[in-house]
Amino acid sequence: MPTFVRTETCDGCDGRERIACVSICPHDLMALDLDGSATGWAKKAWNREPSQCWACYACVKACPQQAIEFRAAADAVPLGARVQPELGDAFIAWTIEFRNGDQNRFEYPVRTRPADSIEPYAGKAAAKLDRIGQPGFFDQDEPTNPGDPAELIHI
Amino acid sequence: MAGPLGNSETEQQAGADTDATPEVLEEQLDILIIGGGMAACGAAYEVVPWIEAAKEQGIELDIKLVDKAALVRSGAVAQGLSSIDAYLGGQDPADYARMVSHALMGITRDDLAYDLGRHLDDSVHLFEAWGLPVVKRPGDEDKTLAEGGAPLRSGHWGIIVHGESLKPIVADAARRALGSERVQEHVCIVKLLADADEPGRIAGAVGFSLREHRVYVYRCKACLLATGGGAGLFRPRAVGEAAGSGWSPGWSAASTYAMAAEVGAELTMMESRVVPIRFKDGYGPVSAWRRRFEATFVNCDGDTFLSTNRAILEAYAPYGQSRVPPPCLRSHLLLQELREGRGPIYMNTVAALGKLAESLTPKEIKQLEAGVWQEFLHACVGQAGVWAGENIEPEKRLAELMPAEPSLLGSDVGCCGLWTSGPEDLGAPTDEDHDDRDRVPSHLPEGWSWGYRGMTTVRGLFTAGDGVGASGHKYAAGSHAEGRIAAKAMVKYCLDHPDLHPTPDTPAAQLAEELYRPMRNHLAHRDQTTDSSINPETITPDMLLLRLQKIMDEYVGGVSTLYQTNGHMLAVAEQKLEVLKQDAHRVRAKDLHELLRCWEHHHRILTAEAHLMHVRFREETRYPGFYYRMDHNRIDEEHWKCFVNSVYDKSSGTWTCFKRAHTDLVDKSKLFKDD
Repeated sequence: MPTFVRTETCDGCDGRERIACVSICPHDLMALDLDGSATGWAKKAWNREPSQCWACYACVKACPQQAIEFRAAADAVPLGARVQPELGDAFIAWTIEFRNGDQNRFEYPVRTRPADSIEPYAGKAAAKLDRIGQPGFFDQDEPTNPGDPAELIHI
Repeated sequence: MAGPLGNSETEQQAGADTDATPEVLEEQLDILIIGGGMAACGAAYEVVPWIEAAKEQGIELDIKLVDKAALVRSGAVAQGLSSIDAYLGGQDPADYARMVSHALMGITRDDLAYDLGRHLDDSVHLFEAWGLPVVKRPGDEDKTLAEGGAPLRSGHWGIIVHGESLKPIVADAARRALGSERVQEHVCIVKLLADADEPGRIAGAVGFSLREHRVYVYRCKACLLATGGGAGLFRPRAVGEAAGSGWSPGWSAASTYAMAAEVGAELTMMESRVVPIRFKDGYGPVSAWRRRFEATFVNCDGDTFLSTNRAILEAYAPYGQSRVPPPCLRSHLLLQELREGRGPIYMNTVAALGKLAESLTPKEIKQLEAGVWQEFLHACVGQAGVWAGENIEPEKRLAELMPAEPSLLGSDVGCCGLWTSGPEDLGAPTDEDHDDRDRVPSHLPEGWSWGYRGMTTVRGLFTAGDGVGASGHKYAAGSHAEGRIAAKAMVKYCLDHPDLHPTPDTPAAQLAEELYRPMRNHLAHRDQTTDSSINPETITPDMLLLRLQKIMDEYVGGVSTLYQTNGHMLAVAEQKLEVLKQDAHRVRAKDLHELLRCWEHHHRILTAEAHLMHVRFREETRYPGFYYRMDHNRIDEEHWKCFVNSVYDKSSGTWTCFKRAHTDLVDKSKLFKDD
């Protein structure tokens, strides 16, 4: 189920702090062919172990050049389809092209607040060390669903 | 406060061939979090306020999270989710514990499930506050869950979310909590280190960089091992270019179970596996179709066998008698159709959508269609590609189903994992009172609690998510919450043990040599043959994996035998695995990428062996539909309504399996009353 990289658009993330696809692939599949010895295309990315790709699309969504696409495994699925996302700040748009030429387009929300705005502890009470052995998280006096004690048959 | 092992700012690609001598870096910590998925991110969030509170008292605790990938998209939730499958929303944790127990055929720890049930909603509330879009019932769109907003449910326990970015959201919160200087990415931990003076206590962990020739040795007092479940132990149905498209992601390499076993931690229920029914060839989830659209499974004759063959489940009383049968029994009914030649099996999408269309407006139908596709696009994109390539439009054409190859998980409808200390306030057993008590190795604790919640039987070693065995149905939010519960206990452990000076039992240089052995294997033999991957002295990591998968598939109840095995087949597998373990010493790595695979497969092999030993020890068929011991093809409540646990002896390479008693802490008979 491999991703593939378009030769005309991949720029090897030249000048960027990280190579987006190489950095983000959870399975260490995407690599940069520095000198072109592996692919014939120097300073471009490639999927070095396509049979291990899970189709998670992390690299497709992260590529700043939209150079990465995905083709279903050729040993299982007919050619001619395409499923491509466009991930924005608040929405993701998916285009599904069927082999027979039909097309579907769906858009879904992905975040209700900007990506860089999370304040993990805003409005939370500090942890009380004397409660460290008790049920409940750091800002709670008891767990969210304490439960009916009558249900516990050995208490 | 970057330590000597601070992040490198640039991505590097290690050259193909090297001199195989890594630089060794050592770092002293108090708490080490291994992994970057939901459980590890939960731990990162919860641990910081407790560390701050300790600091107020003048106690400084150093912490680091080490992830083999990038936190933003690591773990099993990398591509997203379309539902949070465990959210209580006011239901009693006792009901949650009952559901978990029932789904896992009666043998789970009520203390662990109940404790998670009372805590986990808080993690869902955090996700929503951090920006996760949660779908509400009409009229409640503007209220958060925490404010009492009613979610759109998927079944009794699931809620619908727009979760494409769930992992980036949760990872962002974890990173902001810890600070980037305490997050180490692209370092794969492969081995835990016992203490030199006290072998039953953790002293650290060792791993290597995927980017440069460096070995990292961490010393720590407490360690959270949260590296997910186990995929790829069995030959997958998908082969060739599709081989990596299985139900669980390939980066779930069973490392949690193997690393813990090697350092001596007690495992539990390693016979438990998951064989989910999915859409064929893309492993797409079926739950939205079943729960939200009431679509049914049909065989080649159009027979809705889950209902018409329901009487078959009477043989598995009481588990087959509830309103919703356990997942394995659903697989059991489907497998009978396949065995008796009534495939293909389909999801009747045409009938389900046609029926809904009778009562819905065109706009509502369009929304429905978006919901159908979202389950694939946000949790299993590959399935969308399969349907698009096959021209499957579900309103016009039925979609084929198939049970997947087995996976080992502790957070889903599987309950394998580590034996961990539970809460003290729920009435759990405090001793071992059963006929087989003398067979429990004497160094192991009695009862279900030994001081620190989430701690394994190795002191200072904690786990969460897929790592905690004998529970289940945690999914994303439950794993996050379980990581938080463990994080709090780790801080308590550190505060209670101020004078510990962890000293690993193996010198750093020796560890580095061991980790890089596959590199040296390659260098020693690569020039003997024109194609270095075909060599009489070495085996590539790919071939090592394929051999493991062949053994597990053919003898331990994989897809090729329709999940059937017996004691004789298991004995053959045991012998073949032992030889495979010998050959694994000759695995080669031509670069850091292959070195990663070598160690992942090492973890897979050891976990596969644990699975085999447990399946062999439990002389019954506890999970029909997930596997069959054909020589003991029934549920034996009298002898096997118990936990099967084990410990591994690294020096001899042998396993010891034994029983621990099962006890209900909540009344299970309520499950079988009309609801």
